[in-house]
Amino acid sequence: MDTGLLIEKSVLVLIIFLISLGIAAYQTYFERKLAAWIQDRVGPDRAGPFGILQPIADGVKMFLKEDFIPKDADKWLFIIGPGIAMFTSLITSAIIPWGTDLELFGRTITLQVADFDIGILYLFAVLSISVYGIMIGGWASNNKYSLYGAIRASSQMISYELAMGISAITIIMLSGSLSLTDIVNKQHGMNWNIFYQPICFVVFFICSLAETNRAPFDLPECENELIGGYHTEYSSMKLGLYLFSEYTAMFISSAIIAILFLGGYNFPGMDNFSGNTLAVLSVIVFFIKIFIFIFIFMWIRWTIPRFRFDQLMHLGWKVLIPVAMVNLLITGIVIAINEGWFNEFM
Amino acid sequence: MESLTNRKKVVSDKPMTFMEELYLPAIFRGMKVTFKHMLQKRKTIKYPEEIRVFAPVYRGMHVLKRDEKGRENCTACGLCAVACPAEAITMVAAERKKGEEKLYREEKYAEKYEINMLRCIFCGLCEEACPKEAIFLTDRIVPTEFERNDFIYGKDKLVESIEFPIDITKRQHTGKRTEK
Repeated sequence: MDTGLLIEKSVLVLIIFLISLGIAAYQTYFERKLAAWIQDRVGPDRAGPFGILQPIADGVKMFLKEDFIPKDADKWLFIIGPGIAMFTSLITSAIIPWGTDLELFGRTITLQVADFDIGILYLFAVLSISVYGIMIGGWASNNKYSLYGAIRASSQMISYELAMGISAITIIMLSGSLSLTDIVNKQHGMNWNIFYQPICFVVFFICSLAETNRAPFDLPECENELIGGYHTEYSSMKLGLYLFSEYTAMFISSAIIAILFLGGYNFPGMDNFSGNTLAVLSVIVFFIKIFIFIFIFMWIRWTIPRFRFDQLMHLGWKVLIPVAMVNLLITGIVIAINEGWFNEFM
Repeated sequence: MESLTNRKKVVSDKPMTFMEELYLPAIFRGMKVTFKHMLQKRKTIKYPEEIRVFAPVYRGMHVLKRDEKGRENCTACGLCAVACPAEAITMVAAERKKGEEKLYREEKYAEKYEINMLRCIFCGLCEEACPKEAIFLTDRIVPTEFERNDFIYGKDKLVESIEFPIDITKRQHTGKRTEK
Protein backbone atom coordinates (compact mmCIF):
# COMPACT_ATOMS: atom_id res chain seq x y z
CA MET A 1 0.00 0.00 0.00
CA ASP A 2 1.16 3.49 -0.78
CA THR A 3 2.45 5.10 2.43
CA GLY A 4 1.95 8.60 1.10
CA LEU A 5 -1.69 7.87 0.42
CA LEU A 6 -2.13 6.50 3.93
CA ILE A 7 -0.60 9.60 5.54
CA GLU A 8 -2.56 11.89 3.24
CA LYS A 9 -5.87 10.23 4.04
CA SER A 10 -5.12 10.04 7.77
CA VAL A 11 -4.32 13.74 7.91
CA LEU A 12 -7.47 14.51 5.93
CA VAL A 13 -9.59 12.36 8.26
CA LEU A 14 -8.10 14.06 11.29
CA ILE A 15 -8.67 17.54 9.86
CA ILE A 16 -12.26 16.77 8.89
CA PHE A 17 -12.89 15.23 12.31
CA LEU A 18 -11.55 18.30 14.10
CA ILE A 19 -13.39 20.70 11.79
CA SER A 20 -16.66 18.83 12.29
CA LEU A 21 -16.27 18.93 16.07
CA GLY A 22 -15.17 22.57 16.06
CA ILE A 23 -18.03 23.64 13.83
CA ALA A 24 -20.50 21.60 15.89
CA ALA A 25 -19.24 23.30 19.06
CA TYR A 26 -19.51 26.77 17.58
CA GLN A 27 -22.90 25.96 16.12
CA THR A 28 -24.19 25.72 19.69
CA TYR A 29 -22.78 29.18 20.37
CA PHE A 30 -24.14 30.60 17.15
CA GLU A 31 -27.51 28.98 17.72
CA ARG A 32 -27.84 30.68 21.10
CA LYS A 33 -26.67 33.99 19.66
CA LEU A 34 -29.11 33.79 16.78
CA ALA A 35 -31.98 32.85 19.07
CA ALA A 36 -31.11 35.84 21.20
CA TRP A 37 -30.97 38.20 18.22
CA ILE A 38 -34.32 37.00 16.92
CA GLN A 39 -35.80 37.59 20.37
CA ASP A 40 -34.13 41.04 20.68
CA ARG A 41 -31.67 39.78 23.29
CA VAL A 42 -27.88 39.81 23.41
CA GLY A 43 -27.13 36.13 23.99
CA PRO A 44 -24.06 34.66 25.68
CA ASP A 45 -21.45 37.41 25.95
CA ARG A 46 -19.64 36.80 29.25
CA ALA A 47 -17.07 34.10 28.41
CA GLY A 48 -14.35 35.86 26.42
CA PRO A 49 -14.93 38.70 23.95
CA PHE A 50 -18.49 38.42 22.59
CA GLY A 51 -18.76 35.15 24.53
CA ILE A 52 -16.73 33.18 21.99
CA LEU A 53 -15.35 30.91 24.73
CA GLN A 54 -18.89 29.82 25.62
CA PRO A 55 -18.66 26.40 23.86
CA ILE A 56 -15.53 25.59 25.89
CA ALA A 57 -17.31 26.55 29.11
CA ASP A 58 -20.28 24.41 28.08
CA GLY A 59 -18.01 21.48 27.28
CA VAL A 60 -16.22 21.73 30.62
CA LYS A 61 -19.59 21.90 32.36
CA MET A 62 -20.75 18.77 30.54
CA PHE A 63 -17.64 16.87 31.61
CA LEU A 64 -17.90 17.94 35.23
CA LYS A 65 -21.52 16.82 35.64
CA GLU A 66 -22.30 13.55 37.37
CA ASP A 67 -22.46 10.67 34.90
CA PHE A 68 -25.62 8.94 35.98
CA ILE A 69 -27.00 5.60 34.78
CA PRO A 70 -30.53 4.80 35.99
CA LYS A 71 -30.94 1.65 38.08
CA ASP A 72 -33.25 -0.16 35.68
CA ALA A 73 -31.51 0.96 32.52
CA ASP A 74 -29.88 -1.53 30.19
CA LYS A 75 -26.32 -0.51 30.98
CA TRP A 76 -24.54 -1.48 27.78
CA LEU A 77 -27.16 -0.19 25.41
CA PHE A 78 -27.36 2.96 27.51
CA ILE A 79 -23.64 3.54 26.97
CA ILE A 80 -23.40 2.69 23.26
CA GLY A 81 -26.51 4.72 22.32
CA PRO A 82 -24.82 8.14 22.26
CA GLY A 83 -21.73 6.50 20.76
CA ILE A 84 -23.70 5.27 17.76
CA ALA A 85 -25.38 8.65 17.36
CA MET A 86 -22.05 10.46 17.33
CA PHE A 87 -20.33 7.83 15.16
CA THR A 88 -22.97 7.83 12.45
CA SER A 89 -23.15 11.59 12.23
CA LEU A 90 -19.35 11.78 11.88
CA ILE A 91 -18.75 9.02 9.31
CA THR A 92 -21.06 10.67 6.79
CA SER A 93 -18.35 13.26 6.23
CA ALA A 94 -16.13 10.59 4.60
CA ILE A 95 -17.81 10.85 1.21
CA ILE A 96 -18.10 14.62 1.01
CA PRO A 97 -15.90 16.22 -1.65
CA TRP A 98 -14.59 19.33 0.10
CA GLY A 99 -12.85 20.97 -2.85
CA THR A 100 -10.96 20.49 -6.08
CA ASP A 101 -7.63 18.64 -6.10
CA LEU A 102 -4.79 20.14 -4.12
CA GLU A 103 -1.16 19.80 -5.27
CA LEU A 104 1.21 19.49 -2.32
CA PHE A 105 4.70 17.91 -2.02
CA GLY A 106 4.49 16.76 -5.63
CA ARG A 107 1.30 14.78 -4.99
CA THR A 108 -2.23 15.36 -6.14
CA ILE A 109 -4.39 15.28 -3.05
CA THR A 110 -8.10 14.67 -3.49
CA LEU A 111 -9.99 16.61 -0.85
CA GLN A 112 -12.29 13.70 -0.14
CA VAL A 113 -11.67 10.81 2.22
CA ALA A 114 -13.23 8.17 0.04
CA ASP A 115 -14.63 8.56 -3.47
CA PHE A 116 -17.20 5.78 -3.55
CA ASP A 117 -19.02 5.01 -6.75
CA ILE A 118 -22.11 4.59 -4.60
CA GLY A 119 -21.64 7.66 -2.43
CA ILE A 120 -25.34 8.45 -2.13
CA LEU A 121 -26.23 4.89 -1.20
CA TYR A 122 -23.63 5.00 1.55
CA LEU A 123 -25.13 8.29 2.71
CA PHE A 124 -28.61 6.83 3.00
CA ALA A 125 -27.30 3.70 4.66
CA VAL A 126 -25.61 5.77 7.35
CA LEU A 127 -28.70 7.95 7.75
CA SER A 128 -30.78 4.85 8.38
CA ILE A 129 -28.31 3.64 10.99
CA SER A 130 -28.33 7.02 12.75
CA VAL A 131 -31.85 6.38 14.03
CA TYR A 132 -30.44 3.41 15.96
CA GLY A 133 -28.47 5.72 18.23
CA ILE A 134 -31.68 7.48 19.25
CA MET A 135 -33.77 4.32 19.36
CA ILE A 136 -31.26 2.38 21.47
CA GLY A 137 -30.75 5.32 23.82
CA GLY A 138 -34.48 5.80 24.29
CA TRP A 139 -35.11 2.08 24.77
CA ALA A 140 -32.24 1.54 27.20
CA SER A 141 -33.29 4.41 29.46
CA ASN A 142 -36.32 2.44 30.68
CA ASN A 143 -38.37 5.63 30.82
CA LYS A 144 -41.68 6.23 29.10
CA TYR A 145 -40.73 9.71 27.90
CA SER A 146 -37.49 8.45 26.42
CA LEU A 147 -39.31 5.63 24.70
CA TYR A 148 -41.91 8.00 23.30
CA GLY A 149 -39.16 10.23 21.97
CA ALA A 150 -37.39 7.26 20.43
CA ILE A 151 -40.57 5.91 18.81
CA ARG A 152 -41.36 9.31 17.39
CA ALA A 153 -37.81 9.64 16.10
CA SER A 154 -37.86 6.31 14.32
CA SER A 155 -41.28 6.75 12.74
CA GLN A 156 -40.41 10.28 11.68
CA MET A 157 -37.07 9.30 10.19
CA ILE A 158 -38.51 6.33 8.30
CA SER A 159 -41.32 8.46 6.87
CA TYR A 160 -39.11 11.30 5.75
CA GLU A 161 -36.33 9.09 4.41
CA LEU A 162 -38.72 7.96 1.66
CA ALA A 163 -39.38 11.44 0.31
CA MET A 164 -35.72 12.29 0.77
CA GLY A 165 -34.67 9.20 -1.15
CA ILE A 166 -37.07 9.90 -3.99
CA SER A 167 -35.83 13.46 -4.36
CA ALA A 168 -32.25 12.18 -4.27
CA ILE A 169 -33.12 9.73 -7.07
CA THR A 170 -34.26 12.71 -9.15
CA ILE A 171 -30.82 14.26 -8.74
CA ILE A 172 -29.15 10.93 -9.51
CA MET A 173 -31.16 10.67 -12.72
CA LEU A 174 -30.15 14.19 -13.67
CA SER A 175 -26.46 13.52 -13.02
CA GLY A 176 -26.39 9.93 -14.21
CA SER A 177 -24.16 8.87 -11.32
CA LEU A 178 -24.33 7.80 -7.68
CA SER A 179 -20.91 9.24 -6.91
CA LEU A 180 -20.97 12.59 -5.12
CA THR A 181 -17.85 13.69 -6.99
CA ASP A 182 -19.58 13.18 -10.33
CA ILE A 183 -22.70 14.95 -9.10
CA VAL A 184 -20.63 17.96 -8.04
CA ASN A 185 -18.60 18.00 -11.26
CA LYS A 186 -21.81 17.95 -13.32
CA GLN A 187 -22.77 21.27 -11.72
CA HIS A 188 -19.61 23.01 -12.95
CA GLY A 189 -19.67 26.80 -12.65
CA MET A 190 -23.18 28.06 -12.11
CA ASN A 191 -24.88 24.97 -13.55
CA TRP A 192 -26.47 24.11 -10.22
CA ASN A 193 -29.19 21.53 -9.74
CA ILE A 194 -31.41 23.92 -7.79
CA PHE A 195 -32.22 25.76 -11.03
CA TYR A 196 -33.43 22.55 -12.66
CA GLN A 197 -35.10 21.02 -9.61
CA PRO A 198 -36.51 23.70 -7.30
CA ILE A 199 -39.39 21.50 -6.05
CA CYS A 200 -37.00 18.66 -5.44
CA PHE A 201 -34.80 21.04 -3.47
CA VAL A 202 -37.70 22.14 -1.25
CA VAL A 203 -38.70 18.53 -0.55
CA PHE A 204 -35.15 17.51 0.18
CA PHE A 205 -34.60 20.49 2.44
CA ILE A 206 -37.75 19.82 4.49
CA CYS A 207 -36.75 16.17 4.79
CA SER A 208 -33.28 17.18 5.95
CA LEU A 209 -34.87 19.23 8.72
CA ALA A 210 -36.83 16.16 9.76
CA GLU A 211 -33.84 13.84 9.49
CA THR A 212 -31.67 16.01 11.73
CA ASN A 213 -34.52 16.38 14.25
CA ARG A 214 -34.54 20.15 13.94
CA ALA A 215 -37.51 22.39 14.55
CA PRO A 216 -40.25 22.35 13.33
CA PHE A 217 -39.70 18.58 13.28
CA ASP A 218 -38.04 18.24 16.68
CA LEU A 219 -40.72 15.98 18.10
CA PRO A 220 -38.27 13.33 19.35
CA GLU A 221 -36.87 15.82 21.82
CA CYS A 222 -39.66 18.26 22.48
CA GLU A 223 -38.99 19.63 25.92
CA ASN A 224 -42.51 20.57 26.91
CA GLU A 225 -44.25 17.31 26.10
CA LEU A 226 -41.58 14.68 26.71
CA ILE A 227 -39.41 16.45 29.31
CA GLY A 228 -36.36 15.91 27.16
CA GLY A 229 -37.35 13.27 24.63
CA TYR A 230 -35.06 10.31 24.00
CA HIS A 231 -32.25 11.77 26.13
CA THR A 232 -34.35 12.46 29.25
CA GLU A 233 -32.31 10.05 31.37
CA TYR A 234 -28.94 11.07 29.98
CA SER A 235 -26.52 13.31 31.79
CA SER A 236 -22.94 14.50 31.57
CA MET A 237 -20.99 13.92 28.37
CA LYS A 238 -23.40 11.21 27.17
CA LEU A 239 -26.02 13.91 26.84
CA GLY A 240 -23.29 16.09 25.38
CA LEU A 241 -22.62 13.47 22.71
CA TYR A 242 -26.29 13.38 21.74
CA LEU A 243 -26.48 17.16 21.47
CA PHE A 244 -23.16 17.23 19.65
CA SER A 245 -24.24 14.56 17.18
CA GLU A 246 -27.33 16.59 16.40
CA TYR A 247 -25.21 19.60 15.53
CA THR A 248 -22.72 17.52 13.56
CA ALA A 249 -25.62 16.01 11.64
CA MET A 250 -26.85 19.52 10.89
CA PHE A 251 -23.39 20.46 9.56
CA ILE A 252 -23.16 17.33 7.42
CA SER A 253 -26.67 17.64 6.01
CA SER A 254 -26.01 21.28 5.15
CA ALA A 255 -22.95 20.05 3.27
CA ILE A 256 -25.02 17.41 1.47
CA ILE A 257 -27.70 19.90 0.45
CA ALA A 258 -24.95 22.17 -0.83
CA ILE A 259 -23.47 19.30 -2.82
CA LEU A 260 -26.70 18.00 -4.30
CA PHE A 261 -28.34 21.31 -5.13
CA LEU A 262 -25.95 24.24 -4.88
CA GLY A 263 -23.06 22.76 -6.80
CA GLY A 264 -20.84 21.88 -3.84
CA TYR A 265 -17.54 23.67 -4.29
CA ASN A 266 -18.42 25.06 -7.72
CA PHE A 267 -18.77 28.79 -8.09
CA PRO A 268 -19.34 31.07 -11.09
CA GLY A 269 -16.12 32.15 -12.72
CA MET A 270 -14.12 29.21 -11.36
CA ASP A 271 -12.45 28.64 -14.75
CA ASN A 272 -10.33 31.75 -14.22
CA PHE A 273 -8.39 30.01 -11.46
CA SER A 274 -6.38 26.82 -11.42
CA GLY A 275 -4.20 24.66 -9.21
CA ASN A 276 -3.95 25.35 -5.51
CA THR A 277 -5.67 28.76 -5.70
CA LEU A 278 -8.72 27.08 -7.13
CA ALA A 279 -8.56 24.35 -4.47
CA VAL A 280 -8.44 26.86 -1.61
CA LEU A 281 -11.14 29.05 -3.16
CA SER A 282 -13.40 26.05 -3.77
CA VAL A 283 -13.08 24.92 -0.15
CA ILE A 284 -13.92 28.44 1.03
CA VAL A 285 -16.93 28.65 -1.30
CA PHE A 286 -18.14 25.25 -0.13
CA PHE A 287 -17.93 26.28 3.50
CA ILE A 288 -19.75 29.54 2.81
CA LYS A 289 -22.58 27.52 1.27
CA ILE A 290 -22.61 25.18 4.29
CA PHE A 291 -22.76 28.12 6.68
CA ILE A 292 -25.63 29.68 4.77
CA PHE A 293 -27.60 26.46 5.16
CA ILE A 294 -26.71 26.17 8.85
CA PHE A 295 -27.96 29.72 9.26
CA ILE A 296 -31.23 28.89 7.49
CA PHE A 297 -31.65 25.76 9.64
CA MET A 298 -31.36 27.88 12.78
CA TRP A 299 -33.44 30.71 11.40
CA ILE A 300 -36.27 28.25 10.71
CA ARG A 301 -35.92 26.75 14.16
CA TRP A 302 -36.49 30.07 15.89
CA THR A 303 -39.35 31.06 13.60
CA ILE A 304 -41.71 28.11 13.24
CA PRO A 305 -43.46 26.27 16.07
CA ARG A 306 -43.35 22.49 16.31
CA PHE A 307 -45.67 20.26 14.28
CA ARG A 308 -48.26 18.08 15.90
CA PHE A 309 -47.43 14.44 15.35
CA ASP A 310 -50.35 13.64 13.07
CA GLN A 311 -49.61 16.77 11.04
CA LEU A 312 -46.02 15.60 10.73
CA MET A 313 -47.13 12.23 9.37
CA HIS A 314 -49.67 13.91 7.11
CA LEU A 315 -47.00 16.17 5.66
CA GLY A 316 -44.54 13.33 5.20
CA TRP A 317 -46.78 10.67 3.65
CA LYS A 318 -49.54 12.63 1.96
CA VAL A 319 -47.71 15.72 0.73
CA LEU A 320 -43.97 15.27 0.38
CA ILE A 321 -43.90 11.73 -1.01
CA PRO A 322 -46.55 12.37 -3.75
CA VAL A 323 -44.87 15.66 -4.67
CA ALA A 324 -41.48 13.98 -4.86
CA MET A 325 -42.90 11.12 -6.94
CA VAL A 326 -44.65 13.38 -9.43
CA ASN A 327 -41.47 15.41 -9.69
CA LEU A 328 -39.52 12.21 -10.32
CA LEU A 329 -41.97 11.14 -12.99
CA ILE A 330 -41.84 14.48 -14.82
CA THR A 331 -38.05 14.53 -14.63
CA GLY A 332 -37.95 11.02 -16.05
CA ILE A 333 -40.24 11.94 -18.94
CA VAL A 334 -38.22 15.05 -19.76
CA ILE A 335 -34.96 13.09 -19.69
CA ALA A 336 -36.49 10.40 -21.88
CA ILE A 337 -37.65 12.98 -24.42
CA ASN A 338 -34.22 14.60 -24.47
CA GLU A 339 -32.55 11.23 -24.98
CA GLY A 340 -34.82 10.63 -27.95
CA TRP A 341 -36.77 7.64 -26.61
CA PHE A 342 -40.06 8.84 -28.05
CA ASN A 343 -38.70 9.94 -31.43
CA GLU A 344 -40.37 7.09 -33.31
CA PHE A 345 -43.80 8.09 -31.96
CA MET A 346 -43.51 11.77 -32.80
CA MET B 1 -76.76 41.29 20.26
CA GLU B 2 -75.30 44.65 19.46
CA SER B 3 -71.58 44.65 20.21
CA LEU B 4 -70.65 46.93 23.09
CA THR B 5 -67.02 47.11 22.15
CA ASN B 6 -65.34 47.09 18.78
CA ARG B 7 -63.23 44.11 19.75
CA LYS B 8 -65.66 41.46 18.61
CA LYS B 9 -64.39 39.28 15.78
CA VAL B 10 -66.36 36.75 13.80
CA VAL B 11 -64.58 33.42 13.87
CA SER B 12 -64.12 32.05 10.41
CA ASP B 13 -63.62 28.37 9.64
CA LYS B 14 -63.85 28.55 5.91
CA PRO B 15 -61.64 25.99 4.15
CA MET B 16 -58.13 27.13 3.34
CA THR B 17 -57.32 28.23 -0.17
CA PHE B 18 -54.62 26.44 -2.12
CA MET B 19 -52.00 29.08 -1.33
CA GLU B 20 -52.79 28.83 2.36
CA GLU B 21 -52.58 25.06 2.26
CA LEU B 22 -49.07 25.28 0.87
CA TYR B 23 -47.97 26.87 4.17
CA LEU B 24 -44.76 28.05 2.56
CA PRO B 25 -45.88 31.68 1.95
CA ALA B 26 -46.91 31.97 5.60
CA ILE B 27 -43.59 30.47 6.68
CA PHE B 28 -41.68 32.95 4.54
CA ARG B 29 -43.69 35.79 6.06
CA GLY B 30 -42.80 34.55 9.52
CA MET B 31 -39.14 34.28 8.60
CA LYS B 32 -39.22 37.85 7.33
CA VAL B 33 -40.48 38.98 10.72
CA THR B 34 -37.75 37.12 12.61
CA PHE B 35 -35.12 38.42 10.21
CA LYS B 36 -36.21 41.99 10.90
CA HIS B 37 -35.84 41.33 14.61
CA MET B 38 -32.36 39.96 14.02
CA LEU B 39 -31.23 43.33 12.68
CA GLN B 40 -32.93 45.41 15.34
CA LYS B 41 -31.08 47.17 18.11
CA ARG B 42 -30.85 45.12 21.31
CA LYS B 43 -32.84 46.40 24.23
CA THR B 44 -30.67 44.75 26.85
CA ILE B 45 -28.91 46.81 29.51
CA LYS B 46 -25.72 44.92 30.39
CA TYR B 47 -26.05 45.34 34.11
CA PRO B 48 -22.71 45.43 35.90
CA GLU B 49 -21.10 47.60 33.21
CA GLU B 50 -24.14 49.66 32.43
CA ILE B 51 -26.52 50.80 35.15
CA ARG B 52 -30.03 51.79 34.31
CA VAL B 53 -30.82 55.41 35.17
CA PHE B 54 -33.57 55.62 37.77
CA ALA B 55 -36.31 58.20 37.71
CA PRO B 56 -35.85 60.98 40.31
CA VAL B 57 -38.98 59.73 42.06
CA TYR B 58 -37.77 56.11 42.20
CA ARG B 59 -38.79 54.55 45.51
CA GLY B 60 -35.78 52.73 46.95
CA MET B 61 -34.08 52.63 50.35
CA HIS B 62 -35.31 55.16 52.90
CA VAL B 63 -33.33 58.01 54.41
CA LEU B 64 -34.01 59.97 57.61
CA LYS B 65 -33.10 63.54 56.77
CA ARG B 66 -31.33 66.13 58.85
CA ASP B 67 -32.06 69.83 58.48
CA GLU B 68 -29.60 72.43 57.23
CA LYS B 69 -27.96 72.65 60.66
CA GLY B 70 -27.48 68.91 60.88
CA ARG B 71 -30.30 68.23 63.33
CA GLU B 72 -32.59 65.23 62.86
CA ASN B 73 -35.97 66.22 61.46
CA CYS B 74 -37.91 63.30 62.86
CA THR B 75 -40.08 64.01 65.88
CA ALA B 76 -41.34 60.44 66.31
CA CYS B 77 -44.94 61.46 65.70
CA GLY B 78 -45.64 57.97 64.33
CA LEU B 79 -47.62 59.11 61.27
CA CYS B 80 -45.35 57.12 58.98
CA ALA B 81 -45.91 53.98 61.06
CA VAL B 82 -49.66 54.56 60.90
CA ALA B 83 -49.60 55.18 57.17
CA CYS B 84 -47.45 52.16 56.46
CA PRO B 85 -49.68 49.45 54.90
CA ALA B 86 -47.07 46.76 55.48
CA GLU B 87 -46.50 47.71 59.11
CA ALA B 88 -42.80 47.80 58.52
CA ILE B 89 -42.00 50.86 60.66
CA THR B 90 -41.61 50.83 64.45
CA MET B 91 -40.26 53.58 66.64
CA VAL B 92 -39.70 54.59 70.24
CA ALA B 93 -40.02 58.27 71.10
CA ALA B 94 -37.90 60.13 73.63
CA GLU B 95 -37.71 63.66 75.05
CA ARG B 96 -34.85 65.94 74.10
CA LYS B 97 -32.57 66.66 77.06
CA LYS B 98 -30.70 69.88 77.72
CA GLY B 99 -27.59 70.13 75.57
CA GLU B 100 -29.01 67.97 72.80
CA GLU B 101 -30.40 70.92 70.83
CA LYS B 102 -27.71 70.47 68.20
CA LEU B 103 -28.74 66.85 67.59
CA TYR B 104 -32.52 67.03 67.38
CA ARG B 105 -34.60 69.74 65.79
CA GLU B 106 -37.64 69.61 68.12
CA GLU B 107 -38.32 68.64 71.71
CA LYS B 108 -39.28 65.09 70.86
CA TYR B 109 -37.21 62.69 68.78
CA ALA B 110 -37.06 59.03 67.80
CA GLU B 111 -34.79 57.12 70.12
CA LYS B 112 -35.23 54.00 68.08
CA TYR B 113 -36.48 53.95 64.49
CA GLU B 114 -36.62 50.67 62.60
CA ILE B 115 -37.80 49.71 59.13
CA ASN B 116 -38.07 46.08 58.23
CA MET B 117 -36.97 46.09 54.62
CA LEU B 118 -38.47 42.64 54.04
CA ARG B 119 -41.91 43.92 55.03
CA CYS B 120 -41.57 47.23 53.24
CA ILE B 121 -43.32 47.36 49.88
CA PHE B 122 -41.73 50.69 48.89
CA CYS B 123 -45.08 52.38 48.35
CA GLY B 124 -43.85 55.75 49.58
CA LEU B 125 -46.81 56.43 51.88
CA CYS B 126 -44.44 57.14 54.82
CA GLU B 127 -42.86 59.89 52.77
CA GLU B 128 -46.27 61.26 51.93
CA ALA B 129 -47.47 61.10 55.53
CA CYS B 130 -44.43 62.73 57.11
CA PRO B 131 -45.24 66.33 58.18
CA LYS B 132 -41.64 67.14 59.07
CA GLU B 133 -39.86 66.23 55.85
CA ALA B 134 -37.96 63.63 57.81
CA ILE B 135 -38.33 60.42 55.84
CA PHE B 136 -37.76 60.08 52.10
CA LEU B 137 -37.32 57.20 49.73
CA THR B 138 -34.22 57.43 47.57
CA ASP B 139 -32.88 55.85 44.41
CA ARG B 140 -30.55 53.62 46.40
CA ILE B 141 -31.27 49.89 46.33
CA VAL B 142 -31.53 47.80 49.50
CA PRO B 143 -28.62 45.36 49.30
CA THR B 144 -29.14 41.64 49.75
CA GLU B 145 -28.23 39.95 53.02
CA PHE B 146 -28.02 36.38 54.24
CA GLU B 147 -29.92 36.80 57.53
CA ARG B 148 -33.45 38.07 57.99
CA ASN B 149 -32.41 40.16 60.99
CA ASP B 150 -29.98 42.09 58.84
CA PHE B 151 -32.89 43.53 56.92
CA ILE B 152 -34.22 45.40 59.96
CA TYR B 153 -32.62 48.78 59.42
CA GLY B 154 -32.05 50.91 62.52
CA LYS B 155 -31.14 54.54 62.79
CA ASP B 156 -27.48 53.70 62.11
CA LYS B 157 -28.39 52.81 58.53
CA LEU B 158 -31.32 55.13 57.97
CA VAL B 159 -30.16 58.54 59.20
CA GLU B 160 -28.04 60.36 56.66
CA SER B 161 -24.51 61.28 57.63
CA ILE B 162 -23.67 64.97 58.11
CA GLU B 163 -20.69 64.82 55.76
CA PHE B 164 -22.52 63.10 52.91
CA PRO B 165 -26.11 64.35 52.81
CA ILE B 166 -28.48 62.58 50.45
CA ASP B 167 -29.97 64.75 47.73
CA ILE B 168 -33.77 64.70 47.87
CA THR B 169 -34.45 67.95 46.03
CA LYS B 170 -36.11 66.11 43.15
CA ARG B 171 -38.60 64.24 45.35
CA GLN B 172 -42.27 65.14 45.21
CA HIS B 173 -42.98 65.70 48.91
CA THR B 174 -40.44 68.39 49.75
CA GLY B 175 -41.23 71.89 51.00
CA LYS B 176 -43.96 70.90 53.46
CA ARG B 177 -42.38 72.78 56.35
CA THR B 178 -41.84 76.05 54.53
CA GLU B 179 -45.41 76.20 53.31
CA LYS B 180 -46.70 76.95 56.79
